[in-house]
Amino acid sequence: MKKISLTKLDEFFAAVAASQNLYLPVDGAKGAEYSLWTEGTVMSKAYNTLRSAKDFFFPQVETLAAFKVNGKNIEVEDVRKETEDFVVFGVRACDAKSFEILDSVYLADPVDSYYASRREHGVIMTLSCKKPTETCFCKAFGIDAANPGGDVSCWMTDSELLLQANTEKGEALLASLSILEEADDNAADSEKEKLQTILDKLPLGNLSTESFGGDKLMALFNSDKWEALSESCLACGTCTFVCPTCQCYDIRDYDTGHGVQRFRCWDSCMYSDFTLCAHGNTRNTQMQRFRQRFMHKLVYYPANNNGVFGCVGCGRCLRSCPISMNIVKVMKALEG
Amino acid sequence: MQEGMVKRASELLADGTVVRVLGWKNGEFVYDPTPAVFESVEALSDFVYNDFCASNLSKYLVALSKKEGKTLVFLKPCDSYSFNQLLTEHRVDREKVYIIGISCDGKVDESKLRAQGAEGVTGIATDGDTITVSTLYGDVQLKKADVIAERCVTCKSKKVVAYDEMMGENGEENPDCGRFDQVAALEAMTPDERFAFWRNELSKCIRCNACRNICPACTCEQCVFDNPKSGISQKAAADSFEENMFHIIRAFHVAGRCTDCGECSRVCPQHIPLHLLNRKFIKEMNECYGEYQAGAEAGSRAPLVNFTQEDCEPSIVYTKEASK
Repeated sequence: MKKISLTKLDEFFAAVAASQNLYLPVDGAKGAEYSLWTEGTVMSKAYNTLRSAKDFFFPQVETLAAFKVNGKNIEVEDVRKETEDFVVFGVRACDAKSFEILDSVYLADPVDSYYASRREHGVIMTLSCKKPTETCFCKAFGIDAANPGGDVSCWMTDSELLLQANTEKGEALLASLSILEEADDNAADSEKEKLQTILDKLPLGNLSTESFGGDKLMALFNSDKWEALSESCLACGTCTFVCPTCQCYDIRDYDTGHGVQRFRCWDSCMYSDFTLCAHGNTRNTQMQRFRQRFMHKLVYYPANNNGVFGCVGCGRCLRSCPISMNIVKVMKALEG
Repeated sequence: MQEGMVKRASELLADGTVVRVLGWKNGEFVYDPTPAVFESVEALSDFVYNDFCASNLSKYLVALSKKEGKTLVFLKPCDSYSFNQLLTEHRVDREKVYIIGISCDGKVDESKLRAQGAEGVTGIATDGDTITVSTLYGDVQLKKADVIAERCVTCKSKKVVAYDEMMGENGEENPDCGRFDQVAALEAMTPDERFAFWRNELSKCIRCNACRNICPACTCEQCVFDNPKSGISQKAAADSFEENMFHIIRAFHVAGRCTDCGECSRVCPQHIPLHLLNRKFIKEMNECYGEYQAGAEAGSRAPLVNFTQEDCEPSIVYTKEASK
C-alpha cells in the first residue's frame, strides 16, 4: 500500500495528470460531475456524482463510421482516433462494479472494439465512500463499499490518501508516481471500520435479492403486480440514462448533407420504439416496457451471467425518477 | 389534510360517485410518493399527501377519462390550470372526472434539502415553518421557506380554477409573484451572453425526455421526435444544433398552451431551468397581445390561435434596438 499526505493532494493530481488526462468529481451548481482536472480544480466531497462514470467507456453518442457518397461510389471512413490514456479518480465501489457488468456485455465475443479501446486506455482509481446516503444499497448486490475495487483502490483518512493497486495497470500507474510513499498494508483498516458502522445503519442496507435471479423467470414475468407498479410511469428514459449498468444502444444515420455519419446512442427500454423491428414492436404497452427493465436487471442478466445481478445499488434512479418509482420499490413489491 | 382527503375519497368510492381515486401513494422514504390510482377504500390506506406530493396529476386524466366510470382526482392550484388547458384541447372528458380542489402552500424541493446539508435522510418532520430532517449524520433544522421549490417561490396563483368541491379555503391569484424576473435578467444580457447561458444549460441535456413526458401540454399520441417515419426522430442529439432544436421546438409547440406549472424543470435530472424558455414565450405574448394565462378558464382562446385585426406585428415591436 502507498500513501500521500492530503496537504500534497494537488501535487499528486498534477503528477497523475502529467502523462494523461485525469478526470475526477467536481462540484457544480446542482451536484458533482466528472470533470477534467486542471491546476486549481477542487475535488468534490459529494457522496457520488449525478451522472455515472459509464460515459468514459460507453459515451451517450459516438460516431462509428462515416460514409461519403460520390456519384455511384460510397467511401467508408473509419473515424476513430487513437484513444488517449486517461485516469478516472474518485469512482465509488458501486460504479466500479458497473464496469464489470458492462465488460461482460461489450468484451464478450464479438468484442466491441470501440468500448474495448477505451477500457484498455483507462485506469480506474476508486475512492472508498465517506458518507453513503439513504439511497445507497450496493450491499444488496454483494458490493463492499469499504473495498471499492478498480485498478487502484483509495481511502482517505483525515490526513492521508492511501492507495492500493489491484491490477497490473494499477501497479504500473502507482510505480510511475515517485511522489508516493510506502504505507502499512493495514493503514486503511480504521477507515474501513468507520465506513462499516455507517453502512450498517443504511435504511436500504438489508434489501434482499432472494426472490430474484434467473430461476424465477416465469413467476416474476407473470406477476400481477406489474400493472400497478407501472401505471404512473411516464415512459421517459431518466432511469436508464442515469443508470451505470444500462447498456442498450441504437444505431442511427445522420445526414450531413454531403454524406452520412453512422452513430450509436444510448437507447432506453422505456421508449416506444425500443427494439422496433420490421414486423413492429415486441413490447406494445408501457407495462411491458417497464417490466423489461427490471426483468433485465433482476432475472435475464443474472440468468446469463452466473447469477450476477445487473444493478449495483448506486441509487441514482431513486433520486431522479420524476414519479419516484424505482428498483427498490419494485423489488419490495414483487417479493411482498 | 391527508386525513380529510382519505375520508372524502372513501365516501365517494362507497356511494358510487367515482370508481377510482387518483392521488399519491406512500414511498420508501418521506419524500418520494408516487402518483397512484386507488380502486378501493382498503387501498386508500397507502394514500399520502404531504409537502413532497409535487407531481401534477392532470395529465394522467387523459388516459383515465377514457376508462369506464368516474375518476376522483385531487388537484392543487397549478394542476387545475393544466386540467383546464387539457379540457380546452378536448384531451380529457370533464364528465368522467370528479375534482376535489386542494390548497397548496408550496412543495418542498428535495434537492434543496440536500444542498443545505440534509444528506442521508431517514425522516422528515414538519412543524409549522420548520422542517426537521433526521439524517444518518444527525438532525438538520431548516426553514420551509428556504427549501421550497423554485417554482413555488414565484407561485402565480394559489387559486384552484377547476373543481367540483373545494377542501378548505380557495386561494388567490398572485400577479406580483415576480416569475418573469429571471426572464428579464436573461433579456438584459447581450445576445452572446444569452447564447452562452443557454448553450451551457442545454449542453447538459441527456435527452431522457422527462420534460416532455411529464408536460401536461405535451399530449400528442406520438411525438414527432419518437416517430421513426418523421425523418427527425432522435434518441440523442447528434450535435449542439439538435440539442437546442429539441427544446426550442418543444417551447414553440407549447407556446400559448403552457400554464407555467414548472414540472419540466422539476423533473430534469440535469437540473436545466427549462421553464425559463416557456416563461419567455408567456412574457412576450403578454406584452404583444395583453395578459393571458393559459388554463385560467376552460375554453378560452389563446392569443396565438385567435387572430384579431388589432394584433400587433411582433417583428415591429421587437426591433433589434427596441428596449422591450
